[in-house]
Amino acid sequence: MPGEEEIGRDDMIIDQLQSDFTPINALPDEFNPNYLKLYYGKLFPHADLFRWMSYGTDGKHTGCDQSFFGRREFSFTLDNDIYLRFQSFNSASDMENAIKEKCPFKIDIGAVYSVDPAKRHAYAQAGDNVFTPVERELVFDIDMTDYDDVRYCCSGADVCLDCWPLMTIAIKVLDTSLRDDFGFNHILWVFSGRRGVHCWVCDAKARRLNNEQRAAVADYFRVYKGNENSHRKVSLMGQALHPFLARSYTNVLKDFFERKLLSSQQLLSEERYEKILDMIPDEGITSDLRGKWQDNRRSSMGKEDINIFRWDQLKHLLQSGKQKAPGLRRCVEEIVFSYAYPRIDMEVSKHMNHLLKAPFCVHPKTGRVCVPIDPDRCEEFDPTTVPTLSKLLGEINMGLRTEGDNEWDATSLGQSVRYFRSSFLQPLLKSCKEEIESSYIAKKAQSRNSLSW
Amino acid sequence: MEIVRSQSKPSGPAAVPTIPLYRSAPELEVRLEDFELFAIDRLRVLKGISDGLSRGKKPDEMEKLVSELWRANMKHSISSEVTNKDIISHFVLRLVYCRTEELRKWFLSIETTLFRYRFQRETSDVQRELMAEFELPYKAVGNVEYEGLKDKLSQVARSIGQSLPSNAVFYKVPFEEVPDLVATRKVYIQKGHAYVAMNQVVSLVVTQFRSHLSKALVLTNRKWTSMIREKESDRLTPIVEALATSYLGPDYSQPKEFTEISLKDIDQVAKSSFPLCMRHLFEKLREDHHLKHGGRMQLGLFLKGVGLTLDDALVFWKSEFSRKVGTERFDKEYAYGIRHNYGKEGKRVDYTPYSCQKIISSTPGVGDHHGCPYRHFSEENLRAALGKMGVSSRALEDVIDKARNRHYQLACTLTFEAVHNSSCDAGVNHPNQYFSDSQSILKSKGNSVA
Repeated sequence: MPGEEEIGRDDMIIDQLQSDFTPINALPDEFNPNYLKLYYGKLFPHADLFRWMSYGTDGKHTGCDQSFFGRREFSFTLDNDIYLRFQSFNSASDMENAIKEKCPFKIDIGAVYSVDPAKRHAYAQAGDNVFTPVERELVFDIDMTDYDDVRYCCSGADVCLDCWPLMTIAIKVLDTSLRDDFGFNHILWVFSGRRGVHCWVCDAKARRLNNEQRAAVADYFRVYKGNENSHRKVSLMGQALHPFLARSYTNVLKDFFERKLLSSQQLLSEERYEKILDMIPDEGITSDLRGKWQDNRRSSMGKEDINIFRWDQLKHLLQSGKQKAPGLRRCVEEIVFSYAYPRIDMEVSKHMNHLLKAPFCVHPKTGRVCVPIDPDRCEEFDPTTVPTLSKLLGEINMGLRTEGDNEWDATSLGQSVRYFRSSFLQPLLKSCKEEIESSYIAKKAQSRNSLSW
Repeated sequence: MEIVRSQSKPSGPAAVPTIPLYRSAPELEVRLEDFELFAIDRLRVLKGISDGLSRGKKPDEMEKLVSELWRANMKHSISSEVTNKDIISHFVLRLVYCRTEELRKWFLSIETTLFRYRFQRETSDVQRELMAEFELPYKAVGNVEYEGLKDKLSQVARSIGQSLPSNAVFYKVPFEEVPDLVATRKVYIQKGHAYVAMNQVVSLVVTQFRSHLSKALVLTNRKWTSMIREKESDRLTPIVEALATSYLGPDYSQPKEFTEISLKDIDQVAKSSFPLCMRHLFEKLREDHHLKHGGRMQLGLFLKGVGLTLDDALVFWKSEFSRKVGTERFDKEYAYGIRHNYGKEGKRVDYTPYSCQKIISSTPGVGDHHGCPYRHFSEENLRAALGKMGVSSRALEDVIDKARNRHYQLACTLTFEAVHNSSCDAGVNHPNQYFSDSQSILKSKGNSVA
């Protein structure tokens, strides 16, 4: 397991972190099948996963579709990178036993299909693809590596508290929009275990969206287009910003950019300001700024962060009201969007059959549990203190007992499972139950009417 | 069926002419010759539209094109027969184009485009009627609600370069009914409802049309294979099959002569005969010893089409990737994908290399190098790349001009002509076609690399 390199920051902070990290990273056998076996045996919330995936169909109501859970695809990644797709289970105990027995390094959740995935071949012979996805949560995957061109503290697999705010921004912007714009209510945010976040939108309406509709939602969220081959990657033309973008800018992006990213990433330092100047399509302004900044190289303005000082100068020039050129109208916003606006993986969201890692898995490279994140308190979330496998097992060994029969209750995982249940699962299942009942009543009424002639 | 009836002589109050919705097969009698002739006429229209789209024509140019094509090909000596010809030709072509996924996709796309432009030209009365026929139960937004939303609606209008008319009518619609408006942020959405302007109503209707036709095509295919083809083997089937093969509708991308290329020649051949999109991917692969998924697909399938065998492909990709990720990781994580492309894994579909249209419409993101350089590169990068290819400065300006005006395939064609010093009349529709044309020119000049 490659050791995680710590990111370069203040000396003092490095030392402190090193001492926090050493026990975890130093053990090469920190993540091993035995630890994982114990985790699946004592801590992984099998029953909660089952209840979630059943969406209320595990109830006694006549309107419940008993086949629903069995038609869900799971995939297991085992030790030695063996990959098992199209796993499906008929009951909670089937699933639990399979997980405990196979001890997968990663569990992915796929779609609910028209027929039991394990039996799909039987139906493939019928010719016209009868094995097809019928329901699947609307999902989003935001990965820190997609921001590598705008973060300087880390790159690749690393993540630190200087760049993590990018994830916080993503959660705030998307969560607000999913609720206020799209009207969704049952949304679960999950830490991906290393360097990103996943979002599961579980409303019935979301689950029934087809690929085209999913792509539409993903495109609605997309602003950043392009890569090193193209030029300006954020282009906000038009006389006004769409209300969604305007709100995101005013409520989230602007503050985070000005109060966090500018200084933590040193965006307007000597070595880095050219990249921002490149985004201003006006030679006059850029040379003006360049001139100013080469003059005040040594921070002679006291306590104020030089990045913030320079940013104010830049804003002043671009927003002074004398700028009428269309390319400049929204230059400031474009810069902020480039550095801060969420970048989602389009392919993950667009396809119903795309598999996504299940919450509460353990990330094999970091040993951290993929815990839920409360969007209302996402600013407090710290990826560097998420419970790890070895920490949790240590806590179990300490032998603290609780009233309940849940082992996780006595560990750091308890908080996460409780949150999962009360803030996500319970409201979701309540609404599922209501839906099952009302659609059952509607069906009965319909059949009664159709018989009446 | 009712639509046909209302098309007979306009008697009494002016009958509002409507576009047929092709909901169900008409109970009309048609002569066998007309069966074929009508279909051919319509096919000319569809092919013309398809060409227009690949040439990157702008919406107003397309509008003109569509009405010209329609006027030129779909008329009939008896005016009351015009609508019948429309309907019959559509249904005949359904039989022809229902038979594979690729054919269905093409037919669906072009018929929808045709419908869209015809719909847009109609008056708003007719449009409202057609909306009603689609049973779209969407209500107009009431005054009170409108007043509350006016600011936001106005903001959206301005963001797309329009303004709110004083007597604006808006429809409230579930957002999933108007995916293209949502995707481009051309509507205001709140709590799952999209507020659609009257002039955007087209989108609503077109989506319905498209979804209905898509389902119908699948059903038609089932009926065709299960009963019609057999039953009509003496009469309609030969006509339908002739229509399919004599006419090159969608881009058939499999190269006709399958010549193999060998690994030792690949660098040479990349320089001389690859189109810019593939050259760029190839060079990046050599440089970075890695490509992201989109690039692997685009280049990998192209190489397959060019004649690289599966074994050679595995050697090729391995030789590059192993320098970055090691041979073990390559075998574990990447070899499967290559075998999948050649139809040796999973569904065992032998995937076809991407056409220009597909490549142009892709969306390369951070770290990606796929896509169409004429579209996805900035002007400076494009200039640099063309210079490296050896395009003379005069030709270069023409190419850049075409790219700037979004005629990406024409730009590529001009590049081809500049590099090979000969004309390319057919134009570039497919990277593999660029490659084989290039190879045949070089062969004839005696410089070929077999």
